Amino acid sequence: MGLTAQSVRLESLKDIYEIEKSDKQYIVALAGNPNTGKSTVFNYLTGLNQHTGNWPGKTVVSARGEYKYKNNEYIMVDLPGSYSLFTASKDEEITRDFLCYGNYDAVVVVADATCLERNLNLVLQISKLTKRIILCINLIDEAEKKNITIDRQGLQNELNIPIVLTAARSGRGMNELKEAIANMAFKQIDYEEFNNLSYLHYEPEIRERITENNYNYANELKQKYVKEDINKLNRDKKIDDFITSKKFGIPIMLTLLGLIFLITVQGANIPSQVLADLLFGLQYKLDVVFTNIGANDFIRGILVDGVYRSLAWVVSVMLPPMAIFFPLFTLFEDLGYLPRVAFNLDHLFKKAGAHGKMCLSMCMGFGCNAAGVIGCRIIDSPRERLIAIITNNLVPCNGRFPLIIVLSAAFFAFTGTFIDSIIPALFITLMVIIGVFGTLSVSYLLSKTLLKGIPSTFTLELPPYRAPQIGRIIYTSIIDRTIFVLSRAVVVAAPAGAITWLLANIYLGDMSILAHGGNFLEPLGRVIGLDGFILIAFIAGFPANEIVIPVLLMAYMSTGTLTDFESVDSLRQILVSNGWTALTAINVMLFSLLHWPCSTTLWTIKKETGSLKWTFAAFIIPTGIAFLVCFVTAAIYRLFW
Amino acid sequence: MNLVDVGVGKTVKVKRNSAHDYLKERFLALGLTKGADVEVLRKGPKNNLTVYRIRGAMIALRDEESRFIEVL
Repeated sequence: MGLTAQSVRLESLKDIYEIEKSDKQYIVALAGNPNTGKSTVFNYLTGLNQHTGNWPGKTVVSARGEYKYKNNEYIMVDLPGSYSLFTASKDEEITRDFLCYGNYDAVVVVADATCLERNLNLVLQISKLTKRIILCINLIDEAEKKNITIDRQGLQNELNIPIVLTAARSGRGMNELKEAIANMAFKQIDYEEFNNLSYLHYEPEIRERITENNYNYANELKQKYVKEDINKLNRDKKIDDFITSKKFGIPIMLTLLGLIFLITVQGANIPSQVLADLLFGLQYKLDVVFTNIGANDFIRGILVDGVYRSLAWVVSVMLPPMAIFFPLFTLFEDLGYLPRVAFNLDHLFKKAGAHGKMCLSMCMGFGCNAAGVIGCRIIDSPRERLIAIITNNLVPCNGRFPLIIVLSAAFFAFTGTFIDSIIPALFITLMVIIGVFGTLSVSYLLSKTLLKGIPSTFTLELPPYRAPQIGRIIYTSIIDRTIFVLSRAVVVAAPAGAITWLLANIYLGDMSILAHGGNFLEPLGRVIGLDGFILIAFIAGFPANEIVIPVLLMAYMSTGTLTDFESVDSLRQILVSNGWTALTAINVMLFSLLHWPCSTTLWTIKKETGSLKWTFAAFIIPTGIAFLVCFVTAAIYRLFW
Repeated sequence: MNLVDVGVGKTVKVKRNSAHDYLKERFLALGLTKGADVEVLRKGPKNNLTVYRIRGAMIALRDEESRFIEVL
């Protein structure tokens, strides 16, 4: 019987890859190249019944989901995207090991109809491992748009495995796929005879020959069963000649970035105002209610002025921009633009000694740095992954955008012309550029000192452009991202509001505790062009950056007489009356951009690196930069004004 | 001749994949096997990356990598 799954099945691997199931349950593995729409197939079949976690002992995400079909339950395991079972990336190892040792009843290999030749290599490899294979040729709608026709029957007869043509995003062919999975799961197959692991343990030379043969065969299959239209095929090439050209690539990217921010800021204006009017209007009603039921001032203060006000601020300021920014960002993700960004910027990352894919994890950081840190898993080299993790915080996450928007609107939109409306977008774009510059500089320094080494090899696939799925974009960006980030902010804002109110209203001697703290930090704050309260607000914002401004306002207002912060104008007045200048505004923005990561991000860094030392580095490096940069801008400002 | 020396717009055949270890396996996985057709599509900013059409997919490689592919 030779080297088979049964004979080499180790207890430990069995533990990892044996998924518990009952009699009426079947396990379906989902494999495929990256960018084949594998996750769309997964999402379509399992809907909301998904759980994500990590593969035991590995930092590779495992996603599982269930669906019912004809009274049976199917547990679907979404394996990481893989080009081959021979290569050595972490993702591909998981796929290989699961396909070798897992107790699946069927494996669906998802292939891209527009790039079948390349995808067939994995299909051929897996078909050597198991006879429980189904080929799902996905994105058939894209193929039709490009006039590619596939002779399904011919290919099925030749390969002797069931083939289903699907367009998962519109649901086309998905019933056929479920039926094919069911048929495969019930099929009696002599397991040992086919699960031939020796295949994977050949010498490199032999593996090379096998791959060569696979590809030659794949090419032959393509010639026989796939018809292409050369003119249509060149569509992407023409778009890319422009989008990724030497001349226009980077300018187009910056314009798009500025445009996204402009739409976000402009679009968020009115809903923000409506929400603020509504929520702060409600505050007066709450005040009345509390007075009527005879609650004492302390209870009313902590609940209304503390908790409610912070919540109202966070919701009215954060929700609208996020609800616009995330769908826009997801749209570009869906179109296939992000790999092009990585392509355009690779020369900079290479010079900085970082990995080209770091650009992608950096982009994820715009949404949420914790998500960006997890996203660094796409980088295989440990050295470069650490660099990416430590520097991720230097791009502003969504929790920090509102601060930049509000402050730039309050302090720099004073021309009274249409230019005012683009000022916040310009400032955010500028901050992002500073952040990227900081990312590259820190990466460069790290790769020359603590994390010495040469950039590892880099192959980047530019997947075909795809029509975005508007419904899915709205769903994932609103539910997964907006609600997630907002709820986290709300959870933090409520207690933080209460605590800040308490600190601002409990007096030690003739000053509140908050004022004592502010006074204590005042000299340090002054040196870097801020003040003591601002530093307190940033410290209070450690659990979530979103609450920096509300905490700061509460601190200011507990000592002043102004009580409203509904409009940008009143905000400006409060800040100016507390000694703010243009320098303070700029330095608060810079400090927010560069300072320590929030607690969630740090916790994620600890989990991802497994090292206190690197977690500390991820805390101290940006903090040091923030102090240094603000010190320098303050010194320059004082020199001239 | 190596792939790195091929001009934009040309199509060549792979003669030998002389990369090592991880990169070699990656190249093979992407279909850079002996006899494969590779079309040079375009150079990116600063001539750092070059886009190739390999087995119907668009793959960007740095010069440091593409010099390991011997072509005809």
